Amino acid sequence: MSASVVYALAFYAASAILFFGIVRKIVQYAKTPAPLKIPTMPAPVTQGGVVVRMASEVVLFNSLFKSNKWIWIFGWMFHLSLLLAFFRHLRYVVSPDSIFMPLVSLEIVQSFGRYAGFAMLIGLTGLLARRIFVDRVRYISSPSDYLMLLLILGIAGTGMAMSFVSHTDIVMLKEFVLGLLYFNIQPLPTDTVLLVHLALVIVLMVIFPVSKLLHAPGVFFSPTRNQVDNAREKRHLAPWAAELEADRKAGE
Amino acid sequence: MADFDIPELQEYTVVPKLKEGTMSHSSPFVSKEKFQSALGYPGELVENWEDKLLEKMDDLRGRYRSFQVFLDSCVKCGACTDKCHYYLGTKDPKNMPVARQDLLRKIYRRYRTFAGKFFGALGMPGFVGAADLNKEVLDDWYSYFHQCSQCRRCSVFCPYGIDTAEISMAAREIMDSIGVGQKYCNEIIMKAKTIGNNLGLPEPALADTLEGLEEEVEDDTGVAVKFPLDQKGADILLVTPSADFFAEPHVDGLIGYAKVFHEAGVSWTMSSYASEAANFGMFIGSYENMRTLSLRIRKAALELGVKRIVFGECGHAWRVAYSFLNTLAGPWDFLDQNYPIPQHICEFTYDLIQKDKLKFDKSENDHMTLTFHDSCNVARASRMGDKPGGQLDIPRAVIKAVCNNFVDMPPETIGESTYCCGGGGGLLTDDLMELRVKGAQPRMEAYKSVVENHGVTNIAAICAICKSQFTKVLPYYKFGMTDIVSVHQLVSEAIILTGSEDDVDSDDSNENESE
Repeated sequence: MSASVVYALAFYAASAILFFGIVRKIVQYAKTPAPLKIPTMPAPVTQGGVVVRMASEVVLFNSLFKSNKWIWIFGWMFHLSLLLAFFRHLRYVVSPDSIFMPLVSLEIVQSFGRYAGFAMLIGLTGLLARRIFVDRVRYISSPSDYLMLLLILGIAGTGMAMSFVSHTDIVMLKEFVLGLLYFNIQPLPTDTVLLVHLALVIVLMVIFPVSKLLHAPGVFFSPTRNQVDNAREKRHLAPWAAELEADRKAGE
Repeated sequence: MADFDIPELQEYTVVPKLKEGTMSHSSPFVSKEKFQSALGYPGELVENWEDKLLEKMDDLRGRYRSFQVFLDSCVKCGACTDKCHYYLGTKDPKNMPVARQDLLRKIYRRYRTFAGKFFGALGMPGFVGAADLNKEVLDDWYSYFHQCSQCRRCSVFCPYGIDTAEISMAAREIMDSIGVGQKYCNEIIMKAKTIGNNLGLPEPALADTLEGLEEEVEDDTGVAVKFPLDQKGADILLVTPSADFFAEPHVDGLIGYAKVFHEAGVSWTMSSYASEAANFGMFIGSYENMRTLSLRIRKAALELGVKRIVFGECGHAWRVAYSFLNTLAGPWDFLDQNYPIPQHICEFTYDLIQKDKLKFDKSENDHMTLTFHDSCNVARASRMGDKPGGQLDIPRAVIKAVCNNFVDMPPETIGESTYCCGGGGGLLTDDLMELRVKGAQPRMEAYKSVVENHGVTNIAAICAICKSQFTKVLPYYKFGMTDIVSVHQLVSEAIILTGSEDDVDSDDSNENESE
């Protein structure tokens, strides 16, 4: 079996694990009731306010900013550059005649995505350094916590190597990726850096739904952040808690 | 004075280097069979406890979204590691919020996630932050989940809002369900369930106490301020922590509420059946026990035929009242919908102050310079008034209306960032004295800074637990045990009762002055 086929099959498997793994968790979170009102106060008193609160958490990492400026700057740099790198990578999956292609090809998207690699390295290195040198963070770290940072550092490092040192055949790569989308496997460039880059991405996709990377969907379901402060105005009752009320009617 | 080292107070709170095991010896007394069975739990560690423990964990994961999401979401970023007063005061790394959660999370990961099962089978569960379940793990749970006051300070600073209180409540509920309960909490819940209050005061004792208070206030002011009990047809049911009936400075707060009700001209009553605002069911994470206790208030309100419910000064009681009472014992459709249900006594007093219905002589409190301790459950788990943050502003507004001298402690130690008194969450027991003293260190440091820099003489609070804790702990740090005062004690000192000797203004002149 050629590398192309191995990688193609691995990508299909990893995508399935990633997709169904996350959907499974999201369904679990959505189906599990939150029986009590537990927003961390002061909390918004309207649904609109909750959207603003959640947005400030997801976009600006507001609570983390209040907590620790070092973790915030490294963490925020890393996540922002991840987003920029994601936009840059869209050029591999958007077909040339798509209406999105001009957008993806914009100079600003491409060069921001390119240089974001440096910010990503700085952010990840900072987080790793904290894990190694701050005694409290070292105490709570498992081998997998370090490895996850190293994994993403590996992805960023190989990606930047291809961008700044040894280019791969991106036309051929795009054909491979589009081939994946149309279930028509095309040859993959065989330079080592690219193969390592893609292999690490596949590992990341596979561990996502079984690791702490679940913080990504988790944050949206966090009752301390997504509940409206209206306990006195509106009765909040979980289905299992409603069942307990059967004993009450008789007593009153 | 103590068989442990009392921390030396610094200018401001310094994050210590961690020192493993400093508090591993700290565990509260274990609950007896009698208390366990009264709450619906086994009397001693059940036989196949490992399986039962996992079963209960699964049950709670299925019933509480918070528990499930928080178990999955932590990335071990470290943001919470320096936020817990128990870590700051004891240096024990297992008192860092994330490490405390991990005591439970590692078991979840080992037995209920692919990563934990996989690496567990390889004999290296620690690789992915998982661990095998054994008696040492359970002992660690018992020790360290009783070193969390469920104050939620960590939750404020967590990028995912992970609330260690939710984890420690779940852990205590799991331990109770396998027969390992905490004596202090469970004995108290049993008393509240059978007698009606945490102190176990029966109706005659209560009536006697209240009668004594009436005499005391009349001797003191010449005005017949009533402390009604079980009075059918009263408009307002006051539910207050039972510590208010006896303990100092709590009882001075109760006198304050009575004077405010008197001046407001409302009819009110307390209930001997529901003579407790506190609800320790929350501390042990038991929805069922919390609900049973809350339903006593509903029953009392129905039987007395009141139109409103007002809660006295108590932190976690106000959390249960504000955030949970509607859920646990609502709907309150038989009460007057023109008032908040339930209402906090500070809201009640504040409202009257806004309407200029109370007269004060602020100079009565001039011998004090006050600061205010935000109680964790009020600040981070409830609200007062109709705007977010009212729970922080309204008590301060009440204090400022009755006192001339007020100074806040440093901003990082109050409001949503307030430090716990060190005795909340079911830890206010003598068998945890070392923990309580050390956990109070950050609050004591903040207090010291305003004492030294602004001449503060007293610290006011609106929580029965905070008041008891400070009374006990302040002397360890060379402060006076009477430095702690109730907010309504200050109201009580300053309020001018109509018809009393201090009431120099006639009603007419008062009306003229009011603009």
